[in-house]
Formats: sequence, C-alpha cells, structure tokens
Amino acid sequence: MSERRIRVLVAKPGLDGHDRGAKTVASVLRDHGMEVVYTGLHKTPAMIAEIALQEDVDVVGLSILSGAHMELFPRVRKELVERGMDQVLMIGGGIIPQDDMQTLESDGFAKLFGPGTNTGVIAEYIQTEVTKRWAASEAKA
Amino acid sequence: MNETKQISIPEGRDAWEAALEGSKYRDSEFTTVSGESLEAAYGPEDAPGDPASDLGWPGQYPFTRGVHPSMYRGRLWTMRQFAGFGTARETNARFKFLLDHGQTGLSVAFDFPTLMGRDGDDDMCIGEVGQVGVAISSIADMEALFDGIPMDEVSTSMTINGPAPILLAFYIACAERRGLDPAVLRGTVQNDILKEYQAQHAWLVPPEPALRMIIDVMEYCSEHVPKWNTISISGYHIREAGSSAAQELAFTLANGLEYVRRGIERGMDVDSFAPRLSFFFDSHLDFFEEIAKFRAARRIWARKMREEFGAKDPRSWMLRFHTQTAGVSLTAQQPENNIVRTAYEALAAVLGGTQSLHTNSMDETLSLPTEKAVKIALRTQQIIAEETEVAHVADPLGGSYFVEAMTDKMEREAQAYFDEIEKRGGVVPCIDSGYFQKEIHESALSYQRAVESGRKKVVGVNCYTEGEESLEIELHRIRPEVEVEALKGLAGLRSNRDATNASAALDGIRAACHSDANLLKAFITAAHADCTLGEISQILREEFGDYIEPKIL
Repeated sequence: MSERRIRVLVAKPGLDGHDRGAKTVASVLRDHGMEVVYTGLHKTPAMIAEIALQEDVDVVGLSILSGAHMELFPRVRKELVERGMDQVLMIGGGIIPQDDMQTLESDGFAKLFGPGTNTGVIAEYIQTEVTKRWAASEAKA
Repeated sequence: MNETKQISIPEGRDAWEAALEGSKYRDSEFTTVSGESLEAAYGPEDAPGDPASDLGWPGQYPFTRGVHPSMYRGRLWTMRQFAGFGTARETNARFKFLLDHGQTGLSVAFDFPTLMGRDGDDDMCIGEVGQVGVAISSIADMEALFDGIPMDEVSTSMTINGPAPILLAFYIACAERRGLDPAVLRGTVQNDILKEYQAQHAWLVPPEPALRMIIDVMEYCSEHVPKWNTISISGYHIREAGSSAAQELAFTLANGLEYVRRGIERGMDVDSFAPRLSFFFDSHLDFFEEIAKFRAARRIWARKMREEFGAKDPRSWMLRFHTQTAGVSLTAQQPENNIVRTAYEALAAVLGGTQSLHTNSMDETLSLPTEKAVKIALRTQQIIAEETEVAHVADPLGGSYFVEAMTDKMEREAQAYFDEIEKRGGVVPCIDSGYFQKEIHESALSYQRAVESGRKKVVGVNCYTEGEESLEIELHRIRPEVEVEALKGLAGLRSNRDATNASAALDGIRAACHSDANLLKAFITAAHADCTLGEISQILREEFGDYIEPKIL
C-alpha cells in the first residue's frame, strides 16, 4: 500500500495576474511529495471550490496580490463549505496587511503567509496540519 | 632588492591569477543576482570590443553610451511616479500632489477591472474596483482623472495593455472635448501585449487580434498623435515575474522586434513608427549587471534597427527607456530598508542612462504606498539628481573593463535567446507553447531556492533578522465606498447618454473587427458616444474570442 499523498489546490482568485508566488509555491510543494493542482489565473470563488471538490484536495491555498482578499477569500470559503468541504485546510498568501491576516485567520483560514516566507515553512505547516486532520478523522471513524 | 619593475598587463594577469589561487575567500558564490559567475577583477582582454564601433560617444551610434550627446546636462530624467487608486477624483488629487512636489510627468496605474477590460459592475470584479489602481470605465472617468490638469502640458504615461487602445481613445476623446488638437498630446501607452502573455497576464483577446489593434494604434498615432509613444515595450513585468537580467533584456527586445516586423508587414515605413517606440526596464539590486543591461539594450536595438530593418532615421535606432526600481527586491521585513534598496537601484538606472524613472515606496510589499512613502521615493530621485553630482557626466562607467565585459556578455546572451526564439518559430509560437513562461518560472524558482538555502542573502529575511516583528508603519487603505461610487457613476452615464448614438458606435466597432478599418478610430467614436470600457471589450471578446493561457505547471 502506497503512502497517502497530500493533495493541494493552489488557486488564483479574481483578476490578479501575479502568479510568481503561486507557481513557486506549487513547484516547491511538489518537491515535498505533495500532489499539486494549479488553477491558472482569473478564477471566481465558485470555480475554485468546484475544482477543489473535483480534485478531492486536502488543502486549498489562495494567492492574491490585488487587494481584493477581504472580498474574495471569505467567498471561496463559503463556496467550499456549501460543497461540504469545511474540513479542507485553507491557507493563503500575498500582499495582505497584517490586520487583514488576523481577521481572516479568525474567520476560517488556518494560516496566512506574507511576502518573504520560506516556502519550506509552508510545506512543513501543511504536512503537520493535514496529518493532524487525518489522524482526527481516523479517530472519529 | 627593492627595485620595482614595470610588468606587462598579460604578465600581471598571470601573476594575479597565481596570487588568487592561494587566496582564502569568504563564504559566497560570487555570482550576480541573476546567478551569473563573476571574475574577481576584469582587465582589457575581458573587454576586447572596438571603442569606435561598439561604444562611440554619447548620442552616437550604436548609442551604448546614451541617446543624447549631453545626457543629463541637457535635461534630467523625467521623475515619473506611477500612481492610481480608488476613484478618478482621488487619483486626480494624488496627481496634483505629485506635480506640486516637483514631479514632471504623470503615470496612471489602473485597477484590475480596467486592466482586464471590464466595468466595475461586472460579476468578475467583486472587491477589485479601485484597489490596485484607479477605476476608469469611460470618457467621463478620464475627464475626472485629468480635471484641472493641462493635458497639453503634462506628459502622461498609461500602464494598460489588453484594452490599451480603448483607454487611449478615452484620453484622445477627452482632449478633443476640451478643444485640444490630439497632435499636442505627449505621453505613452504601454500597449505591449506580448509580455502580458509571457508574464503579466492582463490580456483581452488572443495574440493575433491584439497585435492587429497595436498596429492600428501605431498607424493612427503616426498620423494624428505624432508625439505619442505608441508602445512601451516592457521588460519590467518579465523581470518581476522572475526572469534573469539577460532574459528580461532578450525577451523584451524580441517583443520589440516583433512589433517592428508587424508594422512593416502592414506596409508602414519603419521610420514612420519606430521613433515612437519606447522601452521600460526593471532596475534590480545588482548594480553593475543592471547598468550593463541598459547599455547592451541600446546597442542591440540600434544595430537591429539599422542593420536588419534598414531604418534610416537615427531616432529609429535610439532605444529610449523608462525604468522602475525592482518591486520584487523589497521586503516586508524591516520595510524602511527598502528606501536604501530603491536608492541603489535608482542610481543604477541613472548611470545606465534612463530617460525616466519611478522609484518604489518602502511600504509596497504591504499595500499601496502612503503619501509619505511616495514622497520619500520621489525625494530619493531628487537627491540623486541634485546632490550626488552623478548627472554631470554621460555614461560615467563607459570604459570600465568590468562594465564593458558585462555589456558584451549581455549582448551575446540576448542574441542566443533571439536565435532560440527563431528556431522555435518566433515570438507568438513561443507564447503558445509556453516557452517564455517556463523559462521565467525556472529562473524564479532557482532564485527562490538560492535565497532559501542561504546562497543569496536578503537582509531582514535570511540574515540580520529581528525575529517576529510587528510592523509599525502606516498603511494606505482604499475606502470601502469606492466601489459604490464607481458603480453609481457607471449607472448615471448609461442612463444619461444618447442610447442610439452609443449603440451605433458599438455596432461600428463590431463591423470594424472584420474589416481593415482602424479600430482605434472606432474606439474614439465610441468614447465620444459615452460607451464604456466593458461594453467595447465585450464586443472584442465576442468577435475575437477569449485567450486561454497554455498550462505550464
């Protein structure tokens, strides 16, 4: 039996075209043995949630540099919840002021990462959190 | 025996290399920001070029040393801070603030809906109106943006690409409404769609129809708006997306050459449009690599234009460029340090002979800049111009063995990329296959790895860190009412305009899509009829189709 691999959706919500960070993180997470799907640009919250559902991911990571995070991030979360995916680990990053990060983190997002974050830290965080969630759901079962 | 004997340069080099063998180096790879290896010192044999044909004097072909004989003795570079946020009225106030503080040209930053050719009330635009730039959906917004600003006196740069011809139409129509002849307008529209597919990703329609519109702009302006720079061929976004300096140089110039080819294919005389092409580069932290890049850019362009395209007008040979300091080099950690980074980058741009310059503000990794941060950034340029005395002598680094060797190397690397692009079928096929996108992604990734492994140092990020910091700088926030106000403006415009007139203008655009009529002309008619950006763009999408990016990851 092969070891279960973490499945991650890296997504770009809204009209923002800056994808350097998203692509970099996607590549690094693959290097860490995760299965990564990248949505490509200009996706609506509903499109992102739909892809997350179809790809049956454990993690949704949003990247945004357009300033629309306070509108778009909660909408993605809402769309995921509506599809019964409230157990997905939701993280994000980009040009997001610290106050906004705190608001999002108290509102369903597990963690927000700012510019300059070491990508290894993100990978480690995902590994720890997803492993915890898997253990919890196994205990429940 | 104390007698000093004069030894020759080659003998000296041998002795120097032998001495290096035994030297102990500190822990560094001694590479450029782009990862290129460097020698410990450079000598004449590293820069074997012919000073007459490779360098000349400033203002002389091939312009390696600058496009003007007197460079900044004649006129300093234009200090042009890119600005835009919220509504047209708010950005208008920021423009007046910048002009009052000695800025000499305007540069408009648009919000994402505008950049993507959508009106603020489009479903795709939730939360984006006025965020990263100003929302401009119609001629009425353009009028508000330039209210009280003499359009015949200032030069205006507009960073817009997919819908560039439409925004230019708003600008021209706005001037016409004020009774101005468009021939007096000075400025630049970025209008460089090729790099959008490669790096920046704000497109409207697929490459072929987009290129047709760009050539329409070149054609229309050469006749009616002769002082307008019709394309600002931009490496900035390529570099910010992660490319190396050589890739930025090569891809940008390859794009420029493609526009020239297309213009000639349209039947235009190269000298009728080439003098109005301008460039836009990044200035990153590697001081000498950047200066070499700027110098190489001028030389390559001059040679291509004269030797390959047979341009006769010296202005067609001259590569004039705007520079912006590197946003990607700024750190969210210890943000005040960004003032210092920006100053070095700005100095490199000036020593490289830039025609205009934007200096980034220290807080831009956190949000749009505050007025205070913008003022420091502008003052940085003024200090370089007024206090350092570097602007008195043209190309002060010309003849430096190191800088000349780097300049030659940049030129060789760019040529190798031109050959590769041609082998792969040209610029558009390379976009379709994702070639540029993959090259840029790989460079970005290798830089990230170098930083994370500590091979490349970033102060405040992987060295000299201060632990968990709480940032105590003021942030610029967009007012939440901006979206509501913008939508109200749009609704008002739609209900007050002459509907028959507007719909006739839109029909005119639809017809022009399938004839060889000039689309910019049709857009100007539509601007006067109060048609909106979203309405015009929608017709283009319907007639030309949507662009789907190739998957590279």
